[in-house]
Formats: sequence, structure tokens, C-alpha cells
Amino acid sequence: MSQTQTLRAWLLTDTPTSRRHAKLSAIYQGWLSFRSNTMAMIGLGILVLLVLVAAAAPILAPHDPFAQDLGNRLAPLWSDSHVFGTDSLGRDILSRLIYGARITLYIVGLVALIAPILGLLVGTVSGYVGGWVDVVLMRITDIFLAFPRLVLALAFVAALGAGIENAVLAISLTAWPPYARIARAETLTIRSSDYISAIQLQGAGALRIITKHIWPLCISSLIVRVTLDMAGIILAAAGLGFLGLGAQPPSPEWGAMISEGRRFILDHWWVATVPGLAIFTVSLAFNLLGDGLRDVLDPKAGE
Amino acid sequence: MNMLEINGLNVWFGTARDRVDAVKGATFDVAKGQSFGLVGESGSGKSTILRAITGLAPTWSGSIKVAGETVEHKRHKSFFKTVQMVFQDPYASLHPRHSVDQVLGETLHLHGFKDIDNRVVKLLDDVGLGQKFRFRYPHQLSGGQRQRVAIARALAPEPTLLLLDEPTSALDVSVQAEILNLLADLRAEHGLTYLMVSHDLSVVGHMCDRLAVMKDGEIVEIMDVAALQGMQAKHPYSRQLLEASV
Repeated sequence: MSQTQTLRAWLLTDTPTSRRHAKLSAIYQGWLSFRSNTMAMIGLGILVLLVLVAAAAPILAPHDPFAQDLGNRLAPLWSDSHVFGTDSLGRDILSRLIYGARITLYIVGLVALIAPILGLLVGTVSGYVGGWVDVVLMRITDIFLAFPRLVLALAFVAALGAGIENAVLAISLTAWPPYARIARAETLTIRSSDYISAIQLQGAGALRIITKHIWPLCISSLIVRVTLDMAGIILAAAGLGFLGLGAQPPSPEWGAMISEGRRFILDHWWVATVPGLAIFTVSLAFNLLGDGLRDVLDPKAGE
Repeated sequence: MNMLEINGLNVWFGTARDRVDAVKGATFDVAKGQSFGLVGESGSGKSTILRAITGLAPTWSGSIKVAGETVEHKRHKSFFKTVQMVFQDPYASLHPRHSVDQVLGETLHLHGFKDIDNRVVKLLDDVGLGQKFRFRYPHQLSGGQRQRVAIARALAPEPTLLLLDEPTSALDVSVQAEILNLLADLRAEHGLTYLMVSHDLSVVGHMCDRLAVMKDGEIVEIMDVAALQGMQAKHPYSRQLLEASV
């Protein structure tokens, strides 16, 4: 007990004694304020659960997600050994959901890596350098923003070919412009602040100022925005799957599962509803997490 | 020898119809080791002169000489080893996500120093902050402590000319005196030359040897502090300013 007490005191000190200590203490204080937000903790809990389920899919899944049993098609909920029933080819829906978590995480992870980083790069360079660079980059952003998102993604997938990688690429290419706009707006306010003037007076170059001084301040609002957008990304991926342009059968992608279940939605509603509920839950979890992160990461909150 | 010579300096913002002339034909010089004050009301162009010297206000004409060398519009890195600036608001001049150690360490790194750890320790001692402040973030510091960090940052490259942009106006009165005494001590210790902007005549009277009074972007009078204390201002505006501050 006293051990944990001293560790806590060590982390909460106002007088850190080393670089590592200062970093850990800042992280711990962020965690404390995040932990006090119940809804955000629920969101985090659901997502941690999702990651665990995806990692342990072979152990957790009661059946092979690809094994067909045409004699037992469209079994209802809670039927023998099929908790969520079976789909039109007699495949166990629960197992497909569990394996589908992997695909969902894969899509979400890749898009979350590509789109914000591209947006951050374009936005901060545009905002800091200004002049004609700003004009060119922002007009390109406008062109991407002018297209409806799903239509543009459809065009990309049509050009690149259907498949999960291309769906990720298409979603990323349509998702970056809002991040670029946010990053640019933040950069414009940061650029004129005294601490940027101060580092300019030390002879720092544009590259150092953008990467070391502007990025750390933009990243927090981007992370928040990404988590809030995650729901949209999952839905876009599901939408592409639904249209048959994302994950290809027999891959258990949640959107594709809904699309398949749509044909029997009146008589066998659970085939489409169960994956729909899964998408809803994960989207909600990301939204809750995003709300909580905004409270922790907002740089003005630290003042 | 003059540390700083300014001749016919004009600074403006915007172009054509939106153009605002912030400084018009400013001319003065500051001898080495001297402390020179710029006083005047808000918007009279005091701070703009400092920003033009450092290059933060890029649109200027006229001549600026630092230590006998003419300053070009594009400043060489060595310029920043000679001239440094302390900003007005210590709440805005420190990066909110960088610890004191990072702020000073990066500055030293940029100026090519090798023994960064030792120098950070020494800088903190110089400005009267102990080692316990080294790894704190700005939000863990008071206004006076932040301004000490900003002063340490300005001293890091070992400059000879320090530009002070109302360094105490954002602080409360008791802390103001501490910072002013610190600045006076540092000047004596390091043989610094100060160019100090203030709207507070008593601060200038305490800190400076000579001063210039500015109004609407023009210098209306340059006088000694002795003249200031003897209330011997010649120009009607400076006389008005003096009487108002008594």
C-alpha cells in the first residue's frame, strides 16, 4: 500500500527531477483526468474489449466463420450452438462477428494512420509557409472536399479495383481534407504567437518549427477529431462493403454481412441487425472516447 | 562605440490603401553597455521598433546597425547570437507543451553549444530559478517564474544586446520589482546593452540611462534620465507624459 502511495506521490509531484519523470508525471495527470470521465472510460472499455476479441478470435469463436451448413440456414437467435443464429449459407453469425472485428480494426487503424498524417502535413505546411503554397494546397483540399465522400470513395475503388486495401486507401483519400483544414486553422493561430517568434529569434528553420513546435499543438485536436470521425470511417467501410466494393465474400466484414442479410430482413431480421448493432456499439465507443480525449488533450485545458 | 545605431527607420504594415505607418523616421543610437528606454502610449510604435530590429516585422526601410555591422533584411544566424529579445507576456512566450529544460536545451542546441546540461543548470542559477524548476512545464510556473525562464532563454546564446519588450507589464507589482532587479544585476554581470520598451516612466527612470519619447510612430524627444528626473522635458508631449506620471 505504501509502495503505491509513494509511486502516486512521485507521479504527482510538482518538481520533477528528470526528463522521464516530467513526461511520466504529465501522462499520469492526463490519465487521472481522463479516468474521472465515466462515459469516456466506457468507450475505452468497449474498444479494449474489441481489441482483445479480435486478438483472441480463434479461441473465442465457437465455429469456423467460413464453414457452411446449408441444412441449418437462417437459424434464429439462441438456437442450438448458434447464439446469434446463422446466415443464408448456414455460417455462425457470432463467429463471423468475432473475426469481423479484426477487419474493422484493420480498416480503422490504417485510415487513422494515413488520413490525419496526410492532413497534418498538408495543413501545417500550408498554414506556416503561406503565400502561393497555401493557395495551391488549399485549393487541392477544396477540390477533395467538394466531392461527396462516398461517391469519391466509390470512384477510387472503381479505379483501383474492389478489395479491403483499396477501400482503406479510398476512405483515407477522402478523409484527409477536413484534417488539413483543422491543422491549417490551428497553425495560423499558433504561427503568430510569441513562442513561435521566440524560437524564430533563435534561428530555427521552418522544418524544425513545424515538426517540433506546431505539430505537438495540432496533434491533440486531430486525435480528438479522428476518434470522433472513427464512427464515420467504420460506416464508410461498411457502406463500401454493403455496395460490394469493400471486403469481398466470404470475408466476414460487418458491412458486407448487413448487405447479405438485407435480402431476408423482413423474415430473418437478426441476420442484418446483429452486425448493425456491432457497428453501432463500436462507433458509439469511439465517439465517447473522443469526447473524453478532447477534455484531456485540449492544450488550453492545461493552463 | 555604439552597440546599436538606427537611422531613418520606417516600419509599415499592409500595402496601398491599407498601409499603416507604424514607425516614421526613427533615429537614435545606444552606446555599448548602456540601457536605453523607449516610452510612449500604446500604439506609438515602441514595440514595432524592436520587432523590426529582430526581423519579426519584415517590412522596414532605413538603416539598422548592430555592433557596427549593417543589418540586412535576411538575417544571418550569427545575428541572433548578438541580439536577443524578451517578450512582453510570459504567458504567451513559452511553448505550452515544452518543459523549461526543453526550452533552454533547444535554444542552446540551435546555437551550437555542446555542454547543454551544464549550461541549462547555469542559466537557471543566473536567473534565480533553482534546479527544481528544470523539468516543469509552463503551467506549473507563476508569471514571474515564466518571465525568468524567458530571460534565461534570451541569455542562452550569450548575446550582447538584449531587447526588452515591456518585460514586467504583465506581472503584478511585487514581482515586477524582482524582475527589474534581476535584469539590472544581469546587465552589470554580463556587460549587456539594453533597449527597453515601457509605458511606465518610473520603470524607465529606474532601469535606463537615456530614453526616447515616442508619439504616433515618431520619436519626439531623446533625453537623459537626469533630465527625466529633473522634469526638464522640452517637447510639450513629453512634458505632458511626465506630468501625468507624477
